[in-house]
Amino acid sequence: MPAQPEGDAAPADGLLPPSVLPGAQDRRLSLYVHVPFCSVRCGYCDFNTYTAQELGPGVSQEAYAADAETELRFARSVLVDSGLPHRPLHTVFFGGGTPTRLPAEDLVSILGTARDQFGLAPGAEVTTEANPDSVTAQDLRVLADGGFTRVSFGMQSAVPHVLAALDRTHDPRNVGRVVEWAKEAGLSVSVDLIYGTPGESLADWDRSVREALSYEPDHVSAYSLIVEDGTRMAAQMRRGELPGIDPDDQADKYELAESVLAEAGFEWYEISNWSREAHGRSAVENRSAHNLAYWHNQDWWGVGPGAHSHVGGVRWWNRKHPVPYTNAVRAGRSPAVGREALDEETRLFERIMLETRTADGLPVDALPAERRSEVAGLVAEGLVDGRAAVGGRVVLTLRGRLLGDAVVRRLV
Amino acid sequence: MPASTDPSLLRNFCIIAHIDHGKSTLADRMLQATGVVTPREMKAQYLDRMDIERERGITIKSQAVRMPWRADGTDFALNMIDTPGHVDFTYEVSRSLAACEGALLLVDAAQGIEAQTLANLYLALENDLAIIPVLNKIDLPAAQPEKYAEELGNLIGEDPDRVLRVSGKTGEGVEALLDRIVEEIPAPVGQPDQASRAMIFDSVFDTYRGVVTYVRVVDGDLKPRERIKMMSTGAEHELLEIGVISPEPKPTKGLGVGEVGYLITGVKDVRQSRVGDTVTAAAKGATQELGGYEDPKPMVFSGLFPIDGSDYPALRDALEKLQLNDAALVWEPETSAALGFGFRCGFLGLLHLEITRERLEREFDLALISTAPSVSYDVTLEDNTETVVTNPSEFPEGKIKEIREPMVSATILAPSDFVGAIMELCQSKRGQMGGMDYLSEDRVELRYRLPLAEIVLDFFDQLKSKTKGYASLDWKADGQEAADLVKVDVLLQGERVDAFSAITHKDKAYSYGVMMAGKLKDLIPRQQYEVPIQAAIGSRIIARENIRAMRKDVLSKCYGGDISRKRKLLEKQKEGKKRMKMVGRVEVPQEAFVAALSSDSSSADKKK
Repeated sequence: MPAQPEGDAAPADGLLPPSVLPGAQDRRLSLYVHVPFCSVRCGYCDFNTYTAQELGPGVSQEAYAADAETELRFARSVLVDSGLPHRPLHTVFFGGGTPTRLPAEDLVSILGTARDQFGLAPGAEVTTEANPDSVTAQDLRVLADGGFTRVSFGMQSAVPHVLAALDRTHDPRNVGRVVEWAKEAGLSVSVDLIYGTPGESLADWDRSVREALSYEPDHVSAYSLIVEDGTRMAAQMRRGELPGIDPDDQADKYELAESVLAEAGFEWYEISNWSREAHGRSAVENRSAHNLAYWHNQDWWGVGPGAHSHVGGVRWWNRKHPVPYTNAVRAGRSPAVGREALDEETRLFERIMLETRTADGLPVDALPAERRSEVAGLVAEGLVDGRAAVGGRVVLTLRGRLLGDAVVRRLV
Repeated sequence: MPASTDPSLLRNFCIIAHIDHGKSTLADRMLQATGVVTPREMKAQYLDRMDIERERGITIKSQAVRMPWRADGTDFALNMIDTPGHVDFTYEVSRSLAACEGALLLVDAAQGIEAQTLANLYLALENDLAIIPVLNKIDLPAAQPEKYAEELGNLIGEDPDRVLRVSGKTGEGVEALLDRIVEEIPAPVGQPDQASRAMIFDSVFDTYRGVVTYVRVVDGDLKPRERIKMMSTGAEHELLEIGVISPEPKPTKGLGVGEVGYLITGVKDVRQSRVGDTVTAAAKGATQELGGYEDPKPMVFSGLFPIDGSDYPALRDALEKLQLNDAALVWEPETSAALGFGFRCGFLGLLHLEITRERLEREFDLALISTAPSVSYDVTLEDNTETVVTNPSEFPEGKIKEIREPMVSATILAPSDFVGAIMELCQSKRGQMGGMDYLSEDRVELRYRLPLAEIVLDFFDQLKSKTKGYASLDWKADGQEAADLVKVDVLLQGERVDAFSAITHKDKAYSYGVMMAGKLKDLIPRQQYEVPIQAAIGSRIIARENIRAMRKDVLSKCYGGDISRKRKLLEKQKEGKKRMKMVGRVEVPQEAFVAALSSDSSSADKKK
């Protein structure tokens, strides 16, 4: 995982300043639970995750659910003591690492504590990420029975040599099977894909997208491979053992994904996310409500080592390593290590940065007055959709999605 | 005692040496041997020198120190006049030499004589100085004193056994050297009863004292509180203080015939106290100047632009301050479409340019872009009007009858193995061979006439690389010559970028164009649009490159934990954009200008 951002010191009691109170009633509350365990560490991975051998003394997968639940109880008292109104959880998301390294019962137990502490809003979306190789039909049934509504499988690729380059150990043939089990259990299904892996041809990528579609998921995420400093893959590229990232190749693959997905009835709703009408739900209903909460700057609490939280313009992040994290939680202290209270200008910056990523776009009115004239130029350059702009929203075109950061730099 | 020393007890000398041959160390050792400084003070004084001097191991500004020395029971006063060691400062060297009756010819016993030393030796001989040949660093394991004593002896027509052998490091031979100075260097001769005349051989700005002027009295004497006159300008000043350096400034009751010391008049600008000028009494002063005064003449020109445009006033202030201490630095405002407001500056040479730039950056905390060094061209148009071009952007568009470029005569010393490589290099730099001599069996002196423009690019670097670092180079200005020169422009998306224009020989225009277009292709980041880069002579395109359009500039993953980091990244990129220069629609980072304009030559003199 990349280093945590620089920020102010986080207080031990975790209490939030009064600035988070205005408008809280109108913001939804979400929960993210980070599960920092994996069986192996993949060469490209920079997430905060640990194999059993990497964990320190006093910390174990077995004890993790209890520690996460301790933080959940702490979370509720902090929100109450900070003067925030009671709000049921709108979405819950278990990510990692590999959440399904924990027994399904542990995940259900954590969700139960979340429900006890906060309550779940009607129709709340509860997602977990899952590894296609290690999850069983029984696990999926336990999750569905325990209140989970959605599962996101890390498929990454259908091509063995690409998976090998990513150090992924799963058998691509398993994906179809686990998707089927999940559907039988009544879960919505998303599959995650990665494009631009060294050695992946355009044909390889085409095959991966089509194979993912053959399982008939209702949601697809496709990410370009990002090689972060400090990963094994970054070192291999630096030494010339692997070819470097080619942004043109990634652009070709993004365009290919868009066209194949659109053909199959998928609509993009965020730069890297697509959904479609399926299983009696509309394409909009099949979007990831949890991820939309991030892009719309809702409130969320992140539980677990290294997890980030955001409440009313205050962001904070937990200690990265499970050992100091666990020590803090067990001692009744906030596991947060840093925080930042955003000023109005920065909050607007983030809003522009996040909402322009979405198909719903950013209201033109939200832009600072002196930036509104930029929109016309962006339309003229084919980066922003003209029809949407006339309707008062900044929505990226396909080309604009690929150059999204350039657009944001001109709007902030 | 200063002010009343019998000229027969004075000895004025300087040290001629190549950089690295140990002049400063030997000078320090002489200061110790004569008791002028203790070893502890030595260190402190060393540290007081300007950073740049210390790092480059060269002396930018000379000094003069008076040292007592007893020989055969008589007390003598030795004035050691330090000389700048670099080709850019030849004129200042010549004035330092003119203040002396003798010179130590100091040569590294492991390396032998270098071109620079040879050039200064010629100057010393022209000034009729007594030469004492000295081999230094005899303590080095690689020293070959026999071989180089022979070489030195041959060179100046002296018995090799008479070549002194010293070690600045251990102090060996230093006392014998001091005795030889008393013995062999003639005492100064002058007319004590005539109107006073003193020659300025250095002039330094001191923050607390104003300009400190170093002089050698030739006739008469100078006294405190006296009114003096600078003969080249007629400007009059009161002598607030007069004294000698030993090694700190010590005020005296005056300076008499043959004496060397300093004057303080309260002026704030070294241009009012110019090296080579004659100082005399304001009342009943001399009517005849001492010969040899010349105005400093800039040879190399470069535009200096602040990277942050708002630093322009700060750059002007800094140049004004530097000028107080550097009479040779000239400048005028310049505006570049690509680089904004800056100054076209004239320098004595490349080293002078480099030092000035470094001082501006270091002492005044300015971040600068300097355009590729250029020389001064005399252009005659078809209608016979004459114009001087020191900046490619001033190159006339109309019909040109003739362009004359400055030439230099260069002396290159190198082991004879490299003669072929050197000749090839000089040929490729449009050089005309003047002659070749063997200094010893395996060392050769080659003389060439070359265009200055070729020297200011990367000549020295190439010379060093082709001779494994063994060759040394010296050059001096040598008139003008007509040449077939053209201006090469560089265009980004069809727009000319004045900062990248260059005047080159017609035969080299193509390679310059290809080189610059290629460099820019690597330096300018991809834009939203394709950006063609072209090099052109007038409307004729001679080279082209293409920067392909950028297709992907977006972070594909942005979830809860990514937001702070992503925002900071975008903020940083946004900040970076502000420092881009817009050339038409093309965003060019400042670094691209710096990197594209930094020719390899900019590092050449550092190694010298």
